Amino acid sequence: MAAELNAAPADDRLHFYDVALHSRLLVGTALYPSPAILAEALSASGAEVVTVSLRREAGGGRAGESFWGLIRAQNLRVLPNTAGCRTVKEAVATAQMARELFATPWIKLEVIGEEDTLQPDVFGLVEAAKILCAEGFEVFPYMTEDLVVAEKLLDAGCRVLMPWGSPIGSGRGLNNLFGLRALRAHFPGVPLVIDAGLGAPSQAAQAFELGYDAVLLNTAIARAGDPVAMARAFKAACEAGRGAFLAQTIEPRDMAAPSTPVLGKAFT
Amino acid sequence: MRIRVIGAGAAGLTAAFELLRVARAQNRDLALEIVEKSAKPGLGCSYFAGGMIAPWCEAESTEPIVARLGAEALEFWTQIVPVAQRRGSLVVARPRDRSELLQFSRRTSHFVTLDRPALAELEPDLAGNFETALYFAEEAHLAPRDAMAELVRLLAVEPNVVFRCGVDAADLPDNVDWTLDCRGFAARPDLAGLRGVKGEMMVLRSADIRLSRPVRMLHPRHPVYIVPRPDGTFMVGATMIENEERARVTARSLVELVNSAFALHPAFAEAEVVETGSDVRPSFADNLPRLLRKGRRLYLNGLYRHGFLLSPALASRAARVVFDDAYFPEVMDETERQRRAS
Repeated sequence: MAAELNAAPADDRLHFYDVALHSRLLVGTALYPSPAILAEALSASGAEVVTVSLRREAGGGRAGESFWGLIRAQNLRVLPNTAGCRTVKEAVATAQMARELFATPWIKLEVIGEEDTLQPDVFGLVEAAKILCAEGFEVFPYMTEDLVVAEKLLDAGCRVLMPWGSPIGSGRGLNNLFGLRALRAHFPGVPLVIDAGLGAPSQAAQAFELGYDAVLLNTAIARAGDPVAMARAFKAACEAGRGAFLAQTIEPRDMAAPSTPVLGKAFT
Repeated sequence: MRIRVIGAGAAGLTAAFELLRVARAQNRDLALEIVEKSAKPGLGCSYFAGGMIAPWCEAESTEPIVARLGAEALEFWTQIVPVAQRRGSLVVARPRDRSELLQFSRRTSHFVTLDRPALAELEPDLAGNFETALYFAEEAHLAPRDAMAELVRLLAVEPNVVFRCGVDAADLPDNVDWTLDCRGFAARPDLAGLRGVKGEMMVLRSADIRLSRPVRMLHPRHPVYIVPRPDGTFMVGATMIENEERARVTARSLVELVNSAFALHPAFAEAEVVETGSDVRPSFADNLPRLLRKGRRLYLNGLYRHGFLLSPALASRAARVVFDDAYFPEVMDETERQRRAS
């Protein structure tokens, strides 16, 4: 029965490269009031993957070690990122440092192209992705919802794509539903992660209802009035959205469809 | 009683001052020795502090205890050691960041919202650039270097106080009854979980701008504050970076600070850069302060970015621990802290 197939979240795994995960919520580690609240929020979110920025924290060398140590102590899978990088060279160098620091081939690749929207420089992104994939990295590219860019990133060797919902930290949710639907439809077999722009749990649920495989967020939890409670709320929303997708939501229709037959009104 | 205070920054100097005050009030015999490894007092991270005594603004991003303890600093710095000016503080945001202002107002108290005419009356130079502002009238600000110099002056005239600068306390014999360890980040080998959070600042001089009180400008990624100083300069600060580099100011940080100052008032573009500075803030994982007692040694540490705001409250409690064997769960009890935080 369909219900049995779908209502079994324990078997519903997310695959990033060759890693299988239960949680579909990926969480950032910046902007929290304190590392202690960060640790509590991570635990409440149920996340198995955290993303950590390195570019600025590294300073002139490895000066961020204290904070990175706190992240490692969470015993979660670390997805280092290249946030703050604006050139291919910078992003590649940061990725190489990340691999060494966290002993992982994973890298969330960000090449920022524009200061106001922090939108990715997709040309630099594809170029950096080619270099990193060739060096054996498992690249998670932060991209716009552009189909052609997606195609080129897959050609470069990426096996996960991370389109934005809306600009980083804006909390505006999914700005371009049409584009995000098209991306999902074009690449049915590729794990797609909404990265950036989510503000409310309902927006995370919406991403899953569209068929997205996971969401990554930071500001929405870190800068909430109560980050720990918000982490819990996002966890529930992700489970609800994913559950709804697997359960197959009904198609909307224009006219009412009475849930019980209306007797005695034969001609209405 | 012989007491040694190690570290002559905001924490050590206020602690020494409070020890002296409590000893006097209780008619106790006290010989106080203040040991500082630098050649002069006040050259640690306190040297680069903003000096805002702004407990209610800080409530935006800290736990309630910071505002509660910080409120004690208002009396200390305006009446007991009167170096602060109580002219309130302002919070503004550029039109594009107005949601930040809304969020800030929801999480704080003790302010009124100003419209443009009211802002123009209070701070004429800002009214051209901002439609609205939050005004925290009861807050204060001080010049950290002047404040520390005043504490040194007040302490140095006391016959039972000795300053020993350029001395490493580790080289001194253990011949005191109590040690108050106020070394900040330097105490890390003794304190598990103490980390440094880097902050960078700059000082600008402009004759074209007049400000009478600190102004915070909100921004989703790099909020800044500008504090007017008595000598016609403005302190612009401060970055918050999770690393432990002490003296290394990056170009990017300067760009952010300058951009923000420029956005606050275009005349800052022609200001003279008087100084740039950088150090790390001693912080525990919850970014909350601690008094940690180990026998007859009391650590006063973890003041994070609230050195001048929290020193008085911590110092007065430290004095009570030493003289009265008092216990303050809110800063001494790990379990209590964890329970409250959860």
